[in-house]
Amino acid sequence: MHIVGYLAALGFGIAAIGSGIGVGIIVGKTIESVARQPELQGRLTSLMFLGIALTEALCFIAIAIGFIPFPSP
Amino acid sequence: MPAAAAASGFEPPTIQDFFPAAVLFQGTPFALNRIMLIRLLVVALLVLWLWLGTRRMQLVPGRGQVITEFLLGFVRNNIAIETLGEQDGRRFMPVIMTMFFLTFGMNITGAIPGLQIAGSAVIGLPLVLAIIAWALFIYAGFKKLGWTYLKNALFLPGVPWPLYFLLTPLEILSTFIVRPITLTMRLLMNMVSGHLLLALVYAASSFFLFTLLPSGNLFGLIGVGTVAFGVLYLGFEIFVAALQAYVFAFLTAIYIQLAVAEEH
Repeated sequence: MHIVGYLAALGFGIAAIGSGIGVGIIVGKTIESVARQPELQGRLTSLMFLGIALTEALCFIAIAIGFIPFPSP
Repeated sequence: MPAAAAASGFEPPTIQDFFPAAVLFQGTPFALNRIMLIRLLVVALLVLWLWLGTRRMQLVPGRGQVITEFLLGFVRNNIAIETLGEQDGRRFMPVIMTMFFLTFGMNITGAIPGLQIAGSAVIGLPLVLAIIAWALFIYAGFKKLGWTYLKNALFLPGVPWPLYFLLTPLEILSTFIVRPITLTMRLLMNMVSGHLLLALVYAASSFFLFTLLPSGNLFGLIGVGTVAFGVLYLGFEIFVAALQAYVFAFLTAIYIQLAVAEEH
């Protein structure tokens, strides 16, 4: 069997698993907290976006690494 | 533009989209390409809006003034003052506000048909903004605490001293190296991947609807689906543009707040 493609796409896929799980946990926990204390929703939402931004940065670094021109053997 | 070029066949977007040929002043160090022209346009529009919007302020605001005041007030109250407190919030508000509106203006051009590429999709702008944020939080920390700032930032209190051999290099890495890199990469790669996906959807729609379908291939009907996804994704891009501007300004404020905090 002969497969053609970029390995970088595979690397991005693996990185996406991690940050996907992370973002899922953050959003899920925020929904849980808002259900417990609805009056804190505004503060929790901005904290949620902060957490999402910090987590998904890993994913974007993985995209960036795909564009680095490594010398081919 | 890949969307226009794709009329003859399927041409997916490439990384060359971000390095178009120069259109003005070719051959000089001041050569301007499409993206630079878009950046200049955004800056001109922002200056024009802020100048006209705040020139004649009235006690009973008109419609334009309400929008302007809402946006400026949002950045001041919900980002600067909520994070930094009343005094520091007002002090650092101009920088944070500049970052918010500049990133938002540069990001939103990625979703406007015709312009179709974000001004922040090339590394220059995110890098400059991240370096400003990085220099700003270091300056704020030193200004407030002097050398105690470095002690606070590098030596966590309440840790047995042998652990500092392990923790201090990690703190140097995470505070002074990883922060500016992630600020840059988050904004840049959001815009790059947003442009690539949007251009891919446009190119695919144009290929399915205008090349495959007229030649009698029923697979061209997939184009209806890609058009629907394109509309959804355009909305998502606008949301991402606003979100990234918010996150960039908010993170800058948080970093300043962490630097000026008395204890770690």
